Amino acid sequence: MDILSKIKKANLVGRGGAGFPVAKKWSSVAKALADKDAGNKECYVVCNAAEGEPGVNKDGYILEHYADRVIDGMKIAINFLGAKKGYLYLNHSYYKKLHKKLSVLSENSKIEIFVKPIKAGYIGGEESAVLNAIEGKRIEPRLKPPFPTARGLWNHPTLINNVETFYNVSLAAADQYANKRFYTVTGDCPNEGVYELPDNLTIEKILKLTKNYPKFSFFVQIGGLASGEVLNSSQLKRQALGAGSIAVYSLAKNNYKKTIKSWLDFFVNESCGQCTPCREGVYRLNEVFSKENIDWRLFNNLLDNLSDTSFCALGASVSSPIKSFIKNVYSDIK
Amino acid sequence: MKKINIKINGRVIICDQGKTVMQVANDNGIELPNLCFHPDLSIKANCRVCVVEITGRKSLATSCSTLVEDGMEIKTDTERVKRSRNLNIELIFAEHIERCPTCIWRFNCKLLELADKYKIEITKFSDRKSKRKVYKFANAVEIDGTQCIDCRNCVDACGNLQKINYLELRGKGVNQEIAPANEAGGFPFAKRKSNKVDCIYCGQCAVHCPVGAAQEQTHWQMVEKALRDKSKVIVAQFAPSIRVSLGEEFGLKSGKIMPGRVVAALKQLGFNFVFDVNFAADITTMTEAEELLEKVKSGGPMPMFTSCCPAWVKYIEFYRPDLIPNLTTVRSPQIQSGGLIKTYWAEKMKINPKKIVVVSVMPCTSKKFEAGRPELKINGNLPIDYVITTRELAWLIKKNKIDFPGLKAAVADNPLGAGSGAAAIYGATGGVMESALRTAEYLLMTAQESVCSGEKDKNKLKLCDSRIEFKAVRGQIGVKEAKIEMAGKKLRIAAVNGIGNIEPILKNIKNYDYVEVMACPDGCIGGGGQPIPTTAAIRKTRLEALYKIDVKSKIRRAHENEAAVGALKWLEGKGGLKNKVLYTKYKKRN
Repeated sequence: MDILSKIKKANLVGRGGAGFPVAKKWSSVAKALADKDAGNKECYVVCNAAEGEPGVNKDGYILEHYADRVIDGMKIAINFLGAKKGYLYLNHSYYKKLHKKLSVLSENSKIEIFVKPIKAGYIGGEESAVLNAIEGKRIEPRLKPPFPTARGLWNHPTLINNVETFYNVSLAAADQYANKRFYTVTGDCPNEGVYELPDNLTIEKILKLTKNYPKFSFFVQIGGLASGEVLNSSQLKRQALGAGSIAVYSLAKNNYKKTIKSWLDFFVNESCGQCTPCREGVYRLNEVFSKENIDWRLFNNLLDNLSDTSFCALGASVSSPIKSFIKNVYSDIK
Repeated sequence: MKKINIKINGRVIICDQGKTVMQVANDNGIELPNLCFHPDLSIKANCRVCVVEITGRKSLATSCSTLVEDGMEIKTDTERVKRSRNLNIELIFAEHIERCPTCIWRFNCKLLELADKYKIEITKFSDRKSKRKVYKFANAVEIDGTQCIDCRNCVDACGNLQKINYLELRGKGVNQEIAPANEAGGFPFAKRKSNKVDCIYCGQCAVHCPVGAAQEQTHWQMVEKALRDKSKVIVAQFAPSIRVSLGEEFGLKSGKIMPGRVVAALKQLGFNFVFDVNFAADITTMTEAEELLEKVKSGGPMPMFTSCCPAWVKYIEFYRPDLIPNLTTVRSPQIQSGGLIKTYWAEKMKINPKKIVVVSVMPCTSKKFEAGRPELKINGNLPIDYVITTRELAWLIKKNKIDFPGLKAAVADNPLGAGSGAAAIYGATGGVMESALRTAEYLLMTAQESVCSGEKDKNKLKLCDSRIEFKAVRGQIGVKEAKIEMAGKKLRIAAVNGIGNIEPILKNIKNYDYVEVMACPDGCIGGGGQPIPTTAAIRKTRLEALYKIDVKSKIRRAHENEAAVGALKWLEGKGGLKNKVLYTKYKKRN
């Protein structure tokens, strides 16, 4: 069976957060490449190891323990596409820790380690911003379409997958994929860490299995401390989707002002500044929220405007933690 | 092009595949607001003001960047669209510190227009940019951070269009600002540029800015003051390009030809005399044609470059000083004109040159810089005192409540009054070269070195009249090349349309004998001081208008302008003054 069939059979989905079917992405790069003129069949593979979302550490964990698998997955992709080069776009702190091991593993291959610039920040993990970083351009998302699959690095078809995705590709290629995934559990809990568990567990089950289920009143944020959705303790019978992280917040320690303010401060700092709803909108959200009498109507309009008109998915995701927090945890504060 | 069906606000529209929602909407009379969109530049979709609702899509879509698809259903006026569109406009408004009373944009401000149309609350948010820097580039152009709405058109005009890359974005998020490249810090660029860059003052940033944050450094205030000073003789002169573009500021069709109304408006503003720079353009043509033939004869250095465009001259002085010897030493028309006013005309009128104030109306921001070059002084006087742009003139006319479209045409003052058809096309890319070639061929055929030396071989001229039109150097493409033969001499010529197209020419410099360079797209009619909007389609109409003036002119060759030849002959008898009025020198800058 060829690799694409194996990926299809394993039902692999992207583990960067968006959950896009892996086979579909690989096929569209292959198709874009096939559509190009004979003399112009250049294409690239990028492994996104930026992991800029706070509270998510699983890619670092995978690189620390299974780097050979990740590199193997990249090589499989490079071979599949006949790619010119593969870039391991690496979070700076992972680079510091693992560069020796990674250099050895990628020796004599088409893989180059590209260290994510320190100040590239949150946006520096968005897939088209990754392309800009590698090309030496301003680090911010590109206008889509065209999608990177068709016009990525230097306008050539480019496959970008997350660390865990390449890990899974390597497993699937060896018929060892067992429907597991990596969960980061963090926050007000005793056993913070990364756990490899079946991919269909509920949040509640994961917290219990890892002995992290709190005895106090709490809420959780799923998929990252910045853009993740907030759920209350009665909503945990669902799976932890996205980047597979669960952050536990003690209700007593985190009042709504402090919680929302910390998100807003984060997004004000991390907005790349490209589009109006994010650059200006987040700044004004913070301004409106810092006032004694909060204009909730305007606050909500600014949030809706972000999810409705932002340039990229990160801008659109600003409203997710705040809205779900208000709806699921502090439904009475408005 | 394949035709497809879409629906906008319930109306079925048949349109071409490959167009954007905004294009189709505009084609069908549905206006969609926009700020960052400019047809000259690639689509950025960052202002998010043109959003529409498309059935089946989770979020709103920017109409400027979304291609139509068969069966697409679009709504442009739902509550959801209105809420986001208006909110984004309000957010943008809070970035822009209003200086309406002295802003030359006041009468055609896009922001105020949007505010009015959509009933925007312009002070919903407090201004956040009051402490931003204003970057001034020589005396020509400025980027005012307090008015910038972060659309980045200026960066794209400077980089992608002109390939100068002087402007860049510094910082990120709410702290980002447009700054000159040399001053900007590295982040958030992964790599740094190491080459030194400098502004050439072309003003393409200004003519592509939707809100006047990038604009000319205005000098209309000084002109107003000079107009009140009764101890001076105040003279206006206007460039070839003004007459086909100024009307756009007053709702007239682009490409309307109206030199008479320009003269009348300037007279109404209080100028004592109004001269047409077309007259001096004929002088420039003659002196440049002579210099070209002299260089061909003496062997160079070749190629000879035109020097009418001050942005191009600055480019050479800064980026390629090794090529300074290739620039023609002939002064540009505005400078020759100012020089003639303060010498030739001053003597005729018995006016002390020090009492004359010359104000140029130019389609150009770089002309402001050119006018201030100290090497241009003639007996201690600068030929030009102030330069204002087409936009600044429009502002003065509006401010003084002059009904421009209703003005009765007036004639420019003599003897520096009329120009030939060759002068008219100076505003078009390829025009300077074409004018010079008309006269050069005449000089070659009549075996003359100078238009003043008298025809030695009149019969030859009659046998084979010199050409008028050199169509190979016309048109809106980036580089126009031709090999021409004139009286047995072969010339390899090229006209570079926009400084962004200069690279291939400079790489293959040995392949050319004569090269015209205009820094702005399509030449001066697309200049940085021209009315906004200026787009390729609008430039086309302005170009056509200039060629129409040429065709309709009684004389179409510079050397047939007897008054101009007369002025040259007058200079012939003035010893060193001739060089001072007609020629200049350049210096390396870095």
